[in-house]
Amino acid sequence: MPNLLDIRRRLRSVRNMRQITKAMQMVSAAKLRRAQEQALAARPYAERLAALLADVAARLDAAEVAGADGGADLAARLLAAREERRIAVLVVSADSGLAGAFNANVVKAAVQFALERPGREFTWEAIGRKARDYYRRRGLALSGEHVGLFARRTIHYEIARGIAAEQVRRYAAAEVDAVYTIGNEFKSVLQQRIAVRRLLPVAPPAAAADRAAGDAIFEPPPAQLLATLLPRYVEVQVYRALLESFAAEHAARMNAMDTATKNAGDLIDSLTLNLNRVRQAAITKEIIEVVSGAAAQSG
Amino acid sequence: MDTFELEIATPERLLARATVVEAQIPGYSGYMGILPGHSPLIGELGIGELSWRDEAGKERRLVVGGGFLEVRPEKVSILADVAEWPGDIDPARAQAALERAEALQRSTDPNADHAAAGRAVLLARARLTARQRHTEEAVAH
Repeated sequence: MPNLLDIRRRLRSVRNMRQITKAMQMVSAAKLRRAQEQALAARPYAERLAALLADVAARLDAAEVAGADGGADLAARLLAAREERRIAVLVVSADSGLAGAFNANVVKAAVQFALERPGREFTWEAIGRKARDYYRRRGLALSGEHVGLFARRTIHYEIARGIAAEQVRRYAAAEVDAVYTIGNEFKSVLQQRIAVRRLLPVAPPAAAADRAAGDAIFEPPPAQLLATLLPRYVEVQVYRALLESFAAEHAARMNAMDTATKNAGDLIDSLTLNLNRVRQAAITKEIIEVVSGAAAQSG
Repeated sequence: MDTFELEIATPERLLARATVVEAQIPGYSGYMGILPGHSPLIGELGIGELSWRDEAGKERRLVVGGGFLEVRPEKVSILADVAEWPGDIDPARAQAALERAEALQRSTDPNADHAAAGRAVLLARARLTARQRHTEEAVAH
């Protein structure tokens, strides 16, 4: 029969654990709200920029871009698709664990991504400590690692700018034939979804039919404008991936901690029941001993 | 009075949204005054002070450091790389940034990005001027 003291000790430890998971859940809820606000705040710029890029791209056909000189050369290179032999992948994970399958899902998706494309050469870039640790454990080389950015309150745009600039440079220099991001996206508080998105070559968004920009003045000329717009567009895509992952991470952790809190509650219930049963059994045993002892004396 | 919509956003957030009667915007080739009904224009945003006047005649300013702008007859969208309210500018930091940028501009290092340094100098000067005017206005009131 289990010892009364042992059960009490166990009960106390599970109670403490529940307190911790409960606190973590509440912290994640607050962080989720902040991450969602940040994602929402970044939306106007991203939407306007996409519309602007669509307008400018619609104004130019590929031949014009390719034929122009100066900065337009960069634009042509960022738009031109090549056969995907060398692929760079930005793997966006979290910096910390205890978020359910959040990090495992990202890594799994990255492995899957590589399996679906046999015979290609991959370079991996880890964003978030968990992704970096995974590739390190496997002994795989990383083209870059960005650790600790999710540990801050907010994500600075400058970080996205740095990551994007390096990828743009590599793609323009034809060091890689395509750049993808793999990471979690925030679908709802209860659901995170893995998204694989191609960053480069840039696929300009289609212009909305009602916004014909055909008669607009361009300053500088469209081809040159495109050469500054495209890198910015890539930055915004990276920034968005970071913000999505940030919000999804907190949502995942909140859910994981909610489940943990509930499990701890169930465990406490069953331990309490067990404890009472054992205590009752001990009391009963004592009474029997007293009664039988008395009976033996009087007999 | 004729008005148009002015929207100023940075990658991180929407900074201002106002109904205005006119705006002065640093463009690709110098400042341009925008009035309601301006013909459509898509272009690069310059470095300097962006100012506008709302329906009540109140004038507001913002220091912007490059980006894009889109003008439509009824709406102007500014996509600024960086934007700051004059009151938020720290003069000491702006001064330090100016000195750093000027040093970089003068450097003979072939790897130095002189174009970027030039932009940084312009931005730092714009910030200092805006901050100074802001302080003077605060004193005058």
